[in-house]
Amino acid sequence: MAWKLDAAEAGFRQEVRDFLDQALTPELRTAGRRCSGIFSDYDDGIRWHRILAQRGWSVPSWPVEHGGTGWTPMQHYIFASELAQADAPPLAPNSTRMVAPVIIAFGTGAQKQRWLPGIRNGDDYWAQGYSEPQAGSDLASLQCRAVRDGEHYVINGTKIWTTHAHWSNRMFCLVRTASGGKAQQGISFLCFDLDLPGITVRPIVSISGDHELNQVFFDDVRVPVSSLLGEENQGWAIAKYLLAHERGHAWAPLLRARLRRLREAARAAWPHSDADEARDMALRLAEADCAIDAVEALELQALRAQVQGEPPGIRPSMGKVLGSELRQRLTELGIEIAGRYAAVNLPLADSLQGELPVPEEAVFSMSAYLNDRAASIYAGSNEVQRNLIAAHLLRG
Amino acid sequence: MTTDTLQAEREHTLAMLVDSLSRYLGERFDLDQRLRSLAEATDAPPAFWSGLARELGLLGAALPEAQGGLGGGMAVHLAVMQTLGGALAGEPYLSSIVIGAGLLQRQPGVFSAALLADAVEGRAVLAFAHAEPEGRDERAAVRTRLVRDAEGYEIDGHKAVVHAAPWATHLIVSARSSGEPGDAEGLSLIVVERDAPGVQLRPYALRDGTRAAELRLERVRVPAEALLGREGEALPQIEQALDEATLAVCAEAVGVLRRLLADTLDYVRQRKQFGVAIASFQVLQHRLADMHMALAQAEALTQAVLEAVDGTADERARAVSSAKVAVARACRAVGQGAVQLHGGMGMTEELAIGHYFRRATLIESQFGPAAWHLRRVARLEAQQV
Repeated sequence: MAWKLDAAEAGFRQEVRDFLDQALTPELRTAGRRCSGIFSDYDDGIRWHRILAQRGWSVPSWPVEHGGTGWTPMQHYIFASELAQADAPPLAPNSTRMVAPVIIAFGTGAQKQRWLPGIRNGDDYWAQGYSEPQAGSDLASLQCRAVRDGEHYVINGTKIWTTHAHWSNRMFCLVRTASGGKAQQGISFLCFDLDLPGITVRPIVSISGDHELNQVFFDDVRVPVSSLLGEENQGWAIAKYLLAHERGHAWAPLLRARLRRLREAARAAWPHSDADEARDMALRLAEADCAIDAVEALELQALRAQVQGEPPGIRPSMGKVLGSELRQRLTELGIEIAGRYAAVNLPLADSLQGELPVPEEAVFSMSAYLNDRAASIYAGSNEVQRNLIAAHLLRG
Repeated sequence: MTTDTLQAEREHTLAMLVDSLSRYLGERFDLDQRLRSLAEATDAPPAFWSGLARELGLLGAALPEAQGGLGGGMAVHLAVMQTLGGALAGEPYLSSIVIGAGLLQRQPGVFSAALLADAVEGRAVLAFAHAEPEGRDERAAVRTRLVRDAEGYEIDGHKAVVHAAPWATHLIVSARSSGEPGDAEGLSLIVVERDAPGVQLRPYALRDGTRAAELRLERVRVPAEALLGREGEALPQIEQALDEATLAVCAEAVGVLRRLLADTLDYVRQRKQFGVAIASFQVLQHRLADMHMALAQAEALTQAVLEAVDGTADERARAVSSAKVAVARACRAVGQGAVQLHGGMGMTEELAIGHYFRRATLIESQFGPAAWHLRRVARLEAQQV
């Protein structure tokens, strides 16, 4: 369904569209369409980020004094929707939406000065050091250790699922600086460069055949004490603040864009729309469409609440469960529309065409299906989110 | 011999067959070896294939005794496919033996007898070139043309995602000498040598690691003897071959899903979070229970349908579709559940389950997704009224 926009909002939408018409090149749109996971290929993603930075739109949700746009929540929503509909390469969340909000909330003046400009203009690219092989859903049991030694912390241990660590020059990392007591106590939040001696990055190839994930090893890595964000041993509060931001983003804009592609693919698959199969699929796509309306309505409600200064409460957990599962549902429809070509394992490239062509959308559909199995695992598994929602309800 | 002892003897033979196959695969074909041999198998079957044919001699076990087999029929195919599924090794047994040899064994004549003998001894590998780019899953949606002339036949057309074609020596091609795509009449089956002039392949890997190809047939000349059965009357044979193949992948799925469930049970027992094994969390226990029930139904129904394969074509179609629906649901429930319960590790190439999950995902839609089979059940039920 279409949301009613007032004149100012409609004008803003036109401004975004005009910008995209000239700034979002066909190559970037192709890159956006071929992004089957959460992260664009590094080159395309950072190129697009830098173009947005020149326009002043790379970090719209930041406070204005650090380079944010001061938009209304509805403007943010319009912006995200227009980018998704235009097939813009998705922007990596690690720097702009994960570490930056905590630097803004917990960092010193010097730290903000040191880290925020590089994120805003796209010179820096951050990796997230949260999970460990033995600390996933139970994040607080993390064991990667940092020991104070004069003006340095010395880090030993490992982090896993560090998306794009092989492209990143900086990392934010949860480390254990004290033991004994509750697991949540004794955790600190460090930010440092990834080219330091003693850091090794091991690639992890995913079931889609893509290399986005890594494991990072620390062997006596010395980082200056100025790497510490907030207080020593008080990092758990920062970690949770960041997770709420990670989970709190809007899902509906991308879901709508994906649905539009599914409809195009279905029209190509069944040129005769009265075929039984076409009618069955149309009904299932309509069901997904209505489900997106419902997710979107909840997200717009959350935006309004945010303007009125209400705390996010349990909304980020609800959004994560509903958004990620609907995203997965769309990929299930995608492989069904793709039919037998969904089985083909070829790189998404212009070479799919040629004399005996293989439809690119079909090959994409399976990459998306496989990659999006992670959506119910990352950023706090959906089992954990449901526990949080239930606990919230039962607290009354 | 009484029927009971005959039955007991058959079951004994089948058990020995499965046992020797399992041992062979276990000893010579672990996951790393499988990946290596598949990576190398660009234009010939993977290394394990010759062992199946020559050392185990099991490729002909399903054939009637009169054709040099053990007379095991579909029961053998299901047992073999389930075992191969457990080792992710279903192809090219599925294409060359279940479909290829299945089609040939029902054809009289010297030509098909000779090719059948080559196939069960592993000298020939067959691929079934039937589906077309625009055809979806309707079995009569064939556009490829077949023209008869004084010297034989000429074929022109485009076949889509032909499984095992890069490994094949021969293609069994469906083609139309009359009518329009979708018409039941006018379809024929004909054998084409894969390297015949006018046959163009675009080979590629599939997500399960096997290989397939797009196929262009351009003025391909074939001798008249290569026609299987009567010209224009092949649809019933095609239907039977595809129903048997569908049931075979149902059995393969049972092997694949058992492994996924077993690995998941192991994982949740040993993985600790919050100081306890994650198997102790009720929400995960319920998911495991659902996975198990989906698999149990798929397995039971696949075996039950075995008896319906010899019934009328409609009975067979109805039963096979039901099994495929149960299997597709089980592939999704067990496959997605296995990945979810493995957490991030389930998303990687580093454990076996990622590989099994992809095979399960491809089986879901192979020979028609659940929605196609549901429509077929609805159509058949409507005819009953």
